[in-house]
Amino acid sequence: MADAAIHGHEHEDQRGFFTRWFMSTNHKDIGILYLFVSAFVGFISVAFTVYMRLELMEPGVQYMCLEGARMFASSAECTPNGHLWNVLITAHGILMMFFVVIPALFGGFGNYFMPLQIGAPDMAFPRMNNLSFWLYVAGTSLAVCSVLAPGGNNQLGSGVGWVLYPPLSTLEGGLSLDLAIFAVHVSGASSILGAINMITTFLNMRAPGMTLFKVPLFAWSIFVTSWLILLSLPVLAGAITMLLMDRNFGFGFFDPAAGGDPVLYQHILWFFGHPEVYIIILPGFGIISHVIATFSRKPIFGYLPMVLAIIAIGVLGFVVWAHHMYTVGMSLNQQAYFMIATMVIAVPTGVKVFSWIATMWGGSIEFKTPMLWALGFLFLFTVGGVTGIVLSQAAVDRYYHDTYYVVAHFHYVMSLGAVFAIFAGIYFYLGKMSGRQYPEWAGKLHFWMMFIGANLTFFPQHFLGRQGMPRRYIDYPEAYAFWNYVSTWGAFLSFASFLFFFGVMFYTLTRGARVTQNNYWNEYADTLEWTLPSPPPEHTFEQLPKREDWDKGHAH
Amino acid sequence: MAHAKNHDYHILNPSIWPLFSAGAAFVMLFGAVFWMHGVTPWLFWAGFIALLYTMWGWWGETIAEDAAGDHTPVVVIGLRYGFILFIMSEVMFFFAWFWSAIKHFMYPMQDYFGTEYVQPEIYAIDPLHLPLINTLVLLLSGCAVTWAHHALVHGNDRKAMVQGLAIGIALGIIFTGLQAFEYAELILHKDWTFGGDIFYSNFFMATGFHGFHVLVGSIFLIVCLVRVMKGAFTAERHVGFEAAAWYWHFVDVVWLFLFFAVYLWGLSTVG
Repeated sequence: MADAAIHGHEHEDQRGFFTRWFMSTNHKDIGILYLFVSAFVGFISVAFTVYMRLELMEPGVQYMCLEGARMFASSAECTPNGHLWNVLITAHGILMMFFVVIPALFGGFGNYFMPLQIGAPDMAFPRMNNLSFWLYVAGTSLAVCSVLAPGGNNQLGSGVGWVLYPPLSTLEGGLSLDLAIFAVHVSGASSILGAINMITTFLNMRAPGMTLFKVPLFAWSIFVTSWLILLSLPVLAGAITMLLMDRNFGFGFFDPAAGGDPVLYQHILWFFGHPEVYIIILPGFGIISHVIATFSRKPIFGYLPMVLAIIAIGVLGFVVWAHHMYTVGMSLNQQAYFMIATMVIAVPTGVKVFSWIATMWGGSIEFKTPMLWALGFLFLFTVGGVTGIVLSQAAVDRYYHDTYYVVAHFHYVMSLGAVFAIFAGIYFYLGKMSGRQYPEWAGKLHFWMMFIGANLTFFPQHFLGRQGMPRRYIDYPEAYAFWNYVSTWGAFLSFASFLFFFGVMFYTLTRGARVTQNNYWNEYADTLEWTLPSPPPEHTFEQLPKREDWDKGHAH
Repeated sequence: MAHAKNHDYHILNPSIWPLFSAGAAFVMLFGAVFWMHGVTPWLFWAGFIALLYTMWGWWGETIAEDAAGDHTPVVVIGLRYGFILFIMSEVMFFFAWFWSAIKHFMYPMQDYFGTEYVQPEIYAIDPLHLPLINTLVLLLSGCAVTWAHHALVHGNDRKAMVQGLAIGIALGIIFTGLQAFEYAELILHKDWTFGGDIFYSNFFMATGFHGFHVLVGSIFLIVCLVRVMKGAFTAERHVGFEAAAWYWHFVDVVWLFLFFAVYLWGLSTVG
């Protein structure tokens, strides 16, 4: 047994509520805090999108009126309030990118399971770990303040898009955008400290005998993600600091009248922004690998190529950034380079996708809820990846740039890729983290609602993009009405599934069936967290795990 | 009761500092926005003081834990990894300023087709005068810190260590002073402004951010000096001092790049 402490009696937790949750130095508790807060922020952010989809349901502006935002359409006069629309898309992007997906996957699952998988008693810097969490909360608070603070057009909030491109972002008045900039600074600091912590833990605290290429895939994915965060987020901090200087101290970085260059901002932002999309998806890859191996009752196919593919994706992620900006007037050579480099990423990604398929091949597949989410991920992430290959071509991108085709593409990889991975992780590990199991039918219902809803939302957006509908507009001509209507119904269904998910979680945490086994799936869930009780005691691995606890002869 | 731990890793007790410092950071930045928009500077200063208090309390606690023997060899390795990674992230922060500066040196806006921008007259300082002296001052300061390190590691010579550190700190302060003198000269007499032209923006952002790091590094070294005089550090165990020395060398190296990029190259593109 891995942990002598778990034999015999139940561990009594004597910490008070405040001490446990507000002064924590415990990686498992901090992971849970991350998951709860990101779920809450996710709810705000999703509510914004449902309101936006409501507005897009029919041509014309019915809800976001200057006379006051409405929940129900009425015959009263309505002057379109484009600023409100812009604020909502900006807030949705910033919240999802910085305050929902990274905290859930990297902060939540990374904190909870990376140390467990490598047999570490805690993180390398447990107190700094909590600083990461509270800085994340501070950043979230600044972001929410930004939405509510005086901004551009003499209204509340800033409506410049999550990428904060100048000159719009340097010219927008009010406090709001400065608060947004600081929100991103703080969340960046939080992620960088988290990355330092994760890398150190991974390098310094692996169980005796666990060499680098014996580390489970999820821990590997967190390790590579940490490097991406460490090396890309400071560059973003530099870019937005320049924005702050331009806005408040009269600097001229992005002002052509002073010899500055707005396109420079785009380059620096996307030098961060492209690694950022891999920061979001890589931990998901890790979770999916474990889920697919477990429910196929086979060890993961091609462990070593899987690790090397994660590393390759991480490295390539740094050299493809300008494919986000083919239309800014780069030379043909630059466009050709970024196009080819981008397409190269399909190779390691293909290695991963085919290895997952090969893992299932000949396996004894069990369609439990986490496996459904993993299969959904596999299918939809591949769709998103394929449209990504389409978009990577500079010539084709001339037509698709800033259309709904792009919106559909990145929601397929994020909303249907990363978010499906989060749900797969939640259902896979819920019993381990809480000691209670969700009702299987409820998890499956949630999956099918979300699967149908999300596809209904985003698949028609490919058609809209091909028809030429531009993104980031509050209104559209009659010609786009049908698929927008379908898309909005999809958003309603997804939102219903999200509400249902909260219900399932509430039920499970309060009266779900108790989990009695350490490993409630099967022997192919063979990483170290499955040797611990559910939920694990306050301190795990006080006796470091022995080799036979985790080295099963086959690769993980 | 917790079970006995059977490993050398450091398991910490619950602590209020993370919550307190994140709150302080929130107040400080919220206050900074207020200040920038002319509401009030006081909120910023309140947050700033709270943050300083956290640094005092938190790092004081860390030093006490070290004294209590919590920093076993494996924990020390972790601390070193952590600090090197922190420096790497700082390097990437500077990456953004260098990117902006070098972009404008290589592709100045006046060369763009159809631009209406005309570069103004910019007074070009001679890089081989004060900037070169400053370079030498900072490099010598790095040498002095290495001397202090050497004195500690080989023979635990406390007196030489205090001397080396004191000289290193003094040279660091001289560097900051000379830099402030240069800023004052440029702003007051040579009509340099923060904005107005991209050249100024790049110059002040890059050197100013570096200057801030010199300040932080100097304080870090001063803390180490005080600790040395109180008897901290041994030839084998001095991770705090080692981190300060690494940080100082990082500041040195960034300056060398700044000197070549911003001063030698950049100033050759104006005047």
